[in-house]
Amino acid sequence: MTYCDIAVIGAGPAGLAAAAAAREAGAGNIIIIERDKEPGGILNQCIHNGFGLHRFGEELSGPEYAGRYIDMIGGEGIELRLGTMALDISPEPEPGEGGIRRKTVYVVSEARGFEQISASAVVLAMGCRERNRGPIFVPGDRGSGVFSAGSAQRYLNIEGYLVGKRVVILGSGDIGLIMARRMTLEGATVLAVAEIMPYTNGLSRNVAQCLDDFGIPLYLSHTVTNVIGSGRIEGVVISQVDEKMQPIPGTEKHFDCDTLLLSVGLVPENELTRAAGITIDPRTNGAKVNEDMQTSLEGVFACGNVLHVHDLVDYVSAESERAGRAAAEYLLKGAAAKGEERIIENGANVGYTVPQRFDPERISKSLEIFFRVRKKIRAGEITVYSEGEKIAGFKREFLAPAEMQKISIPKVLLDRAKGDLTVSAEEIAEVN
Amino acid sequence: MYDAAIIGGGVCGAAIAMYLSKYELKCCLFEKENDIAMGTTKANSGIVHAGYDPEPGTLMARLNVRGCEITAELCAQMGVPFRKVGSLVLAFDNKDIEHIGRLYERGIANGVRGMKLLNREDLLEREPNLNPEVKGALYAPSAGVVNPWRLCIAMAETAAENGVEFFLGSEVTNIEKTMGGFEITAGGKKYESAYVINAAGVYSDKIANMVGEYDFTVSPSKGQYYLLDKTQAGLVNSVVFQCPTERGKGVLVAPTADGNVIVGPNAESGSARDDCSTTRDGLNYVAAEAGRTTGKINYRENIRSFAGLRANTEHKDFIIGESPVCRRFINVAGIKSPGLTSAPAIGEYIADVLKDCGLFMSRKSGWRILEPKIRFAEMDDEQKAELCRRNPKYGNVICRCNTITEGEIIDALNSRIPPRTLDGIKRRAGTGMGRCQGGFCGPRVHEIICRHYGVPAESVLLDRNGSFIVCGKVGEQK
Repeated sequence: MTYCDIAVIGAGPAGLAAAAAAREAGAGNIIIIERDKEPGGILNQCIHNGFGLHRFGEELSGPEYAGRYIDMIGGEGIELRLGTMALDISPEPEPGEGGIRRKTVYVVSEARGFEQISASAVVLAMGCRERNRGPIFVPGDRGSGVFSAGSAQRYLNIEGYLVGKRVVILGSGDIGLIMARRMTLEGATVLAVAEIMPYTNGLSRNVAQCLDDFGIPLYLSHTVTNVIGSGRIEGVVISQVDEKMQPIPGTEKHFDCDTLLLSVGLVPENELTRAAGITIDPRTNGAKVNEDMQTSLEGVFACGNVLHVHDLVDYVSAESERAGRAAAEYLLKGAAAKGEERIIENGANVGYTVPQRFDPERISKSLEIFFRVRKKIRAGEITVYSEGEKIAGFKREFLAPAEMQKISIPKVLLDRAKGDLTVSAEEIAEVN
Repeated sequence: MYDAAIIGGGVCGAAIAMYLSKYELKCCLFEKENDIAMGTTKANSGIVHAGYDPEPGTLMARLNVRGCEITAELCAQMGVPFRKVGSLVLAFDNKDIEHIGRLYERGIANGVRGMKLLNREDLLEREPNLNPEVKGALYAPSAGVVNPWRLCIAMAETAAENGVEFFLGSEVTNIEKTMGGFEITAGGKKYESAYVINAAGVYSDKIANMVGEYDFTVSPSKGQYYLLDKTQAGLVNSVVFQCPTERGKGVLVAPTADGNVIVGPNAESGSARDDCSTTRDGLNYVAAEAGRTTGKINYRENIRSFAGLRANTEHKDFIIGESPVCRRFINVAGIKSPGLTSAPAIGEYIADVLKDCGLFMSRKSGWRILEPKIRFAEMDDEQKAELCRRNPKYGNVICRCNTITEGEIIDALNSRIPPRTLDGIKRRAGTGMGRCQGGFCGPRVHEIICRHYGVPAESVLLDRNGSFIVCGKVGEQK
């Protein structure tokens, strides 16, 4: 058994930021567990730029952004265990010394074999995975050439192989858009990007820079209705969909292609979290957390894409630094005296919030709430109500599901709340 | 000169090969694909049927019940995933109640043990997620679920271990009768064998035609399925059937031997022999029918949809035995449901058929069954630690959904019938069978295959011939 103060699971942007922040907040003996051969997570294959504008005030590539954090975790107090897979987390039945309930993390690696690591606090930073063909029921043959956009990106940017020459992309998520440009630059022909929704799912800047600039057609309200080819795929059929997302007969378009990339969403990877019995929010597919990113299991924190899928790594870093600091605080002070916890409810047009609950006693300056809206709203107001009384409102020019929203409720306003909060996004009449 | 040549490397061919390998015979097996278990064997419900469906007195009834008896032990010996979960046939009205009563009687006649007719209360206690409108069910405790391709591969490897020669990528294109038996052209080469066993699945009529037999025609019936993530385990505890209708045997909802949930199939008769495509209509039909069994299927947890073919012929029963027009040519054809269940019994039975046809057969000494492979995820903590000490490659987890290690992949590559494709590794080691469907482990398995065989990445296939994965190094595109 190895003993440590904090075990951080994952050395992607979330895990690295959490570990760095935890050490800065006074934690000493931190182990980061990473299954890959390198730290940095998915940033390593994101060789395009656009990272770090918020965090560092400059545009970095993915590997450069990761590099900044890899530098930060250097030195005493943080041990990085690469090629190591976390298999299980199990909490001690009772709190021990200092009121801390330790957890055992079971890990395995080629270098050290099967081991148990006992930690006072655990930070979950496993990230997410790509949704694949299964849950979206793309019908047709099962030939090769159907990749998730991220797998194709890994083949291209890490392994150095192009997966195909004539490409159709389903889904307008950011990775798909980035890959449309990347494969075009490497000599492939991207024939179409089909998106089932009437709007794109990626950032507007990516639509402009990755599709428009290269003349790649975007078919909104379209989906793939057939894949042809049982060796390597030979073609893909897309069809327009109606308001109920059902294909409209007669609108089929056939493309001769050898590759179909799927960029149809990301799913937080919470198998460890579930197995540890931690409460999951079905709306985010991540753990339910409080203002400190603490999960339902005391001393276990979650941050980054394992908690909810972010658009910008900068926000992952900020959230993870908060989780890292909170883990250090738990270690140094033990379980915080529990005040009365309040719930944050989803009101009109709000799909989820993070955190899902908070303790007003523990908010020193302000409560930050991250959320996504359910539909596009031009000119809207984000409102926060408590027991029927409006305690805060935030005007926004434009709200879209593809872009994560953030509000920060100052303590003075929060103190007016008498109970749970409800966050809504409402359209306001445009005044011309 | 071979004593017996088996055509077809599906679960029947593999079972026949394994049972014949117990005798002092020189046997070989031809498979047209680049791996075994590539046809119906890899795309079916994975059910070990109890045996109350077939008409009493038929070969199908006998082989089904016998297959159900021997599969469990065979799987335990070879380390093939099998779970004796029992099966239920649901009744929703009086007509269905009568039907399950008839099935019960048929089961008794066929020698099925332990069956019970359950009332609604007992049924819902056993299966709380069922449609509450259910009235009762026939329960058969001897039914189970098996991983079909693992069963096929384990039997084939056992056969290979005991001397059967496997020729993959060897499509049989011609069979000539000779003085001593047959001259078979397979993969462009000629082979001689005294006996031929035709286990060619949906192509078995084409093979029979080569020796002048036209007594049956295969008309494949396609079935489409959903495979749900392991998160859905516990939705049903047993294999749950509905009563058959005019449209077919009906859609089942069942746990799989590997811990997933399977929903399907529909039945599309007259499908092409190479059509394993899924369709929107087919899958929608399956979902609608399954909704009658339980309204609690979460299709958002679907990890794969697939389709498979049943080798239906104009005959109700299996077609097993010496061809009426060609001596020493043995058909194993029309092996539709319950073909998987029956396969081991078919293998056993074919040994008797060959004896009856005049083949001299004496038991081999030193025959041994394949031992179970190492499965890291199934071990306890101490075994895992010990395994990693012995060989650190078992500490390198490659497939994170199913916790499959590099050591297990290397074992698959060094196995008796070594795979060369990503899906070949998948069928042996289980990589890429989880919720990410190889998105994460695919490139890593790919790399291990390249390293093992010393081949370039461009030459590695996903599955069937033609299914290349990458088309070239970056910068080398024209």
